[in-house]
Amino acid sequence: MHEVVLRLAGVTKRFGALVANDDISLELRRGEVMALLGENGAGKTTLMNILFGHYVADEGSIEAFGKPLPGGSPKAALAAGICMVHQHFTLADNLSVLDNVILGTEPLWRFRSDRGAAAAKLSALAERFGLTVDPAASVGSLSVGERQRVEILKALYRDARILILDEPTAVLTPQESELLFATLKLLTAEGLGVIFISHKMNEVMAASDTVGVLRGGKLVAVRRTAETDRSELAELMIGRTLKAPAVEPMEPAEPVLTLAGVTVRAARGMLDRADLVVRRHQIVGIAGVSGNGQAALADLVSGLGVPNDGRLEVFGKPVVVAGPLEMVRRGVARIPEDRHATGLVGDMTVWENLIAERVRLPEFSRFGFLRRDAARARAREVIKDYDVRCPGPDAVSRLLSGGNMQKLILGRTLSYKPGLILANQPTRGLDVGAVAYVHEQLLAARRAGAGVLLISEDLDELLALADQVAVIHRGRLSPLMPRAAVTVRQLGLAMAGHWEELPDVA
Amino acid sequence: MADILDLLVSAAFWTATLRIATPYILGTLGELVCERAGVLNLGIEGIMTLGAMAGWMTVYQGGDLWTGVMVAALAGGTLGLLHALLTVPLGLSQHVTGIGITLLGTSLSYYVYRMVLPQVSSPPTIEPFQPWAVPILSEIPVIGQALFNQTPLTYAALGAVGLVAWVLYRTPLGLAVRMVGENPAAAEAQGISVTAVRMGAVVCGSALMAVGGAFLTLSAFNAFFFNMINGRGWICIALVVFASWRPGKALLGAVLFAAFDALQLRLQQIVGPALPYQVFLMLPYVLSILALVLMSRRAAYPRALMIPFRKGERH
Amino acid sequence: MWLEPREHVSVAVRVLAPVAAVVASLALCAVLIAWTGTGVIQAYGLLFQGALGSQFALAETLTRATPLMLTGLAVAVAFRAKLWNIGAEGQLYAGALVAVLLGSGPLELPAWALLPVVLVAGALAGSVLLIGPTVLKTRFGVDEVVTTLLLNFIVLLFVSMMLEGPLKDPMGMGWPQSAPVLPEAELPKLIERSRLHWGLVLGVVASVVLWVINTRTVWGYEIKAVGANPRAAGFAGIAVNGVMLRVAMLSGGLAGLAGAVEIAGLRGYLTLDLSPGFGYSGIVVAMLAQLHPLAVVAASMFVAGIFVGADAMSRSVAVPNYIADVLVAVSLLCMLVAGFLVRYRIRWSGARAGRGN
Repeated sequence: MHEVVLRLAGVTKRFGALVANDDISLELRRGEVMALLGENGAGKTTLMNILFGHYVADEGSIEAFGKPLPGGSPKAALAAGICMVHQHFTLADNLSVLDNVILGTEPLWRFRSDRGAAAAKLSALAERFGLTVDPAASVGSLSVGERQRVEILKALYRDARILILDEPTAVLTPQESELLFATLKLLTAEGLGVIFISHKMNEVMAASDTVGVLRGGKLVAVRRTAETDRSELAELMIGRTLKAPAVEPMEPAEPVLTLAGVTVRAARGMLDRADLVVRRHQIVGIAGVSGNGQAALADLVSGLGVPNDGRLEVFGKPVVVAGPLEMVRRGVARIPEDRHATGLVGDMTVWENLIAERVRLPEFSRFGFLRRDAARARAREVIKDYDVRCPGPDAVSRLLSGGNMQKLILGRTLSYKPGLILANQPTRGLDVGAVAYVHEQLLAARRAGAGVLLISEDLDELLALADQVAVIHRGRLSPLMPRAAVTVRQLGLAMAGHWEELPDVA
Repeated sequence: MADILDLLVSAAFWTATLRIATPYILGTLGELVCERAGVLNLGIEGIMTLGAMAGWMTVYQGGDLWTGVMVAALAGGTLGLLHALLTVPLGLSQHVTGIGITLLGTSLSYYVYRMVLPQVSSPPTIEPFQPWAVPILSEIPVIGQALFNQTPLTYAALGAVGLVAWVLYRTPLGLAVRMVGENPAAAEAQGISVTAVRMGAVVCGSALMAVGGAFLTLSAFNAFFFNMINGRGWICIALVVFASWRPGKALLGAVLFAAFDALQLRLQQIVGPALPYQVFLMLPYVLSILALVLMSRRAAYPRALMIPFRKGERH
Repeated sequence: MWLEPREHVSVAVRVLAPVAAVVASLALCAVLIAWTGTGVIQAYGLLFQGALGSQFALAETLTRATPLMLTGLAVAVAFRAKLWNIGAEGQLYAGALVAVLLGSGPLELPAWALLPVVLVAGALAGSVLLIGPTVLKTRFGVDEVVTTLLLNFIVLLFVSMMLEGPLKDPMGMGWPQSAPVLPEAELPKLIERSRLHWGLVLGVVASVVLWVINTRTVWGYEIKAVGANPRAAGFAGIAVNGVMLRVAMLSGGLAGLAGAVEIAGLRGYLTLDLSPGFGYSGIVVAMLAQLHPLAVVAASMFVAGIFVGADAMSRSVAVPNYIADVLVAVSLLCMLVAGFLVRYRIRWSGARAGRGN
């Protein structure tokens, strides 16, 4: 056993009435990879933010290398050799890799920075750990995987002894994730201690030495990874056994969405001669690393974009004049990728948000005047039917939790019994209960006869729900494959562009 | 046409151009420093006014010219500090706060001027900076004659371009400034205090603008007039966009702009009353709008410009 | 130290915030008054008297409030949609220019029609002037703050060109001023033997109409959505650029109307000193009113009172009347801070509130 490098004792953090971290004590040893497993909202990120000094703990103490770590200062954490790779990379796109790495490593008041020596040190590190990246390249031109390398290099450049990674694989393909874990092994061999946060069981099993499970702010268990298994961890994490949603087999009926040779060239992304059919009673999943054309596809179905070339049909009729209102009128339900940025207007009330798509329809307005009573009545209905926890129709929607926001969006659109549903990352960032609720609703809509286009980065979700799956890569869509015919490994390779690995189902 | 060509190669024309350019150079640099750190400073018009008044008033009260410049910088920096306090830690709207700072800087300057000099019909004057010819260099035909026959503040403005460029691109401090303007969360995670860097940049930038204003009362003219800044601050904001937030291009933009201004002054004399003089006076403003439209598409603006940053908040 | 967003803000707090801001700015400016050697209480007493102390003073204040009400509304409606229109000053002059142009006689119209035509045309002139910067913003991403500001200078020079050229009054003894508008193009006086005219009623009606638009109509709904989150509004199917243009028409129109009303109700002819910065003060009015149309009425009276009162005060004590401009600027900044304190609570220690996803 190596010596303990990091020790947390009785760390507690309260946010008002909510106890985000409740009396957490754990130890990390030199050369060890520890996984912190937990649902969204279990307190993982809070704990890491305390460690890194973004938050101050209400109680408890932290020791790094035997010395107490003062709270509330990222600078102190850095000085103690603790570095953090955030889930949302903290890099500046317009600056070079070298700029991003050396920031904060020199005293500010110097007549000039020694960029030559810095570049040499960076190259040496990159070589030693196989993290090749051009120091002069601007970060904006790098792929997601390369950006993560820059983040890790940033930590190594600062001589990190303890590395914390927050959901490091969320944006990677399975193969890129494997590469990352190989790098982590190299780092621990050099004596670093690593903590990574995850909610993905298979990664935890594959890449960690020990695993701590967080639930409801408490550390419910610490296990040697070798001495536990997935089902035990799942039970510890969720507190009950996880039931996969039951997808009853159904016969797909007539097409509700058809793309034939559709090409889109837009600022938000492109599609290249895409073919796709979604039928009634069918969920079609689109797998892919984000930024490969999902936005263009979603915009198309949302009515925000039009094909530059090719044919787009909704319910068998071509879409000539696109527009969100046109799609809503035809019976398309749209669940956007980002609740906060595109789904809801945070500063508006629940009832105002509920009528957003239909405010110009007679249901909610007459002669340009709002029918506020009708809107409030509708809001009360949706709040009840979709179990939206909020004080009432006049509550400001910014104050709702993520799960309740998503329920509001589901209620806004699914209550009209749509024939086609676009669900773009519908469960991203939700806790397990809300995820189950969204899945249930999508399956219920499928049962009722809707076709669902499900775009997701979560392969487990796709393989649990979708009848058929296609992979999107650089704007190109693979042929549709029945769920039973593909494996996670094949999908992962296809997401990185290796379509030859896909089963031949044509 | 030949007249204009003659004009363009005359040393007198370029001497005038550099003189006209000086307040624009300083104002644009100051705004650039603020915006590089992510803070739009619409207080520039008021800060330049206050700089012009404070610098002049100091000299009028018996201070020497350089003390006047220092006082102007100090006054501008103070107003900048107010803007920074409201927009950085409090994260208030940079647009509205900036307009408020401009209203405050302008009205405060007029108030103080009137308070000290209640009953004057024609504005009192001071002895301003005189041109200082650099030995030998100023004898080089045209270029030397134009470049090295300026008042000290013009030399200072040219020096400031180099200084700002060096600091921004060659020093750790400059990297920190650029980083808080691009991705403040990244800077914070690397142990840089976003609040301190942003506030410092706004204060320094504002001091530069104020010296730009003081140039008008201490060098170009010898008195303080109401409305003397006359939109120069707003033009500087357009010039920053034109310069794509780069100090070298800011110098280029300011000089081009001033050359155009000097040209229209001469054209007025040549064309005479055929066109109303207001048409010529409109040109700088029209030109600024045009520059904005042309450059806006290509502008690689600092990503975090106008986005307030609060520690620990998610973006 | 850190900031905690308040979840619920009571009406009382909203009403108290501007009052607190005004009190704070009066206190801050007391330093400037004391600096002149004048007693602060005496000076503010004179200011109050000069603004509200007599029927004449009150009528003057209301007369001054009329254009401020309209420019305040112009700014309020634009800022609500996050269209930063700082060009109300230029739009006001554009409205006044067109009002003088049409009101001084070139049209063959029945007498009753002239006044409405003059007012509508003035408003339209303001609208047109704001459409340019709005299109540049929505199409090319050009910041409208700078373009509207620069347009103020261009418009003023254009007006000066007109006043020294085609519009110059031949009877004006060489002054750069326009010929007066016809009597049929004048707004009637509200009170005989005062300068107060029906423009005030127009301003109040405009604020009520705007309030109805904001709270009761699809337009108001769309403006709010676009201002608060343009991406979400666009996703929901609201034509964001169209809404922006509509807001520009409305905002520019109100500012243009302010100019036309000043001509038709008060001046009768156009000079270059028609507006002592009504456009810029409109920003302060709108912010003090927290962009609420009905509150604009009160805020414009406050700002007008400061200006009228300060003029009166500076006649009897040695405080320059620029104190009014300083007071107005300081109250804008104080209002921003007050608005901040309404939205956030400052905590000096203890638990940072957060909210999970």
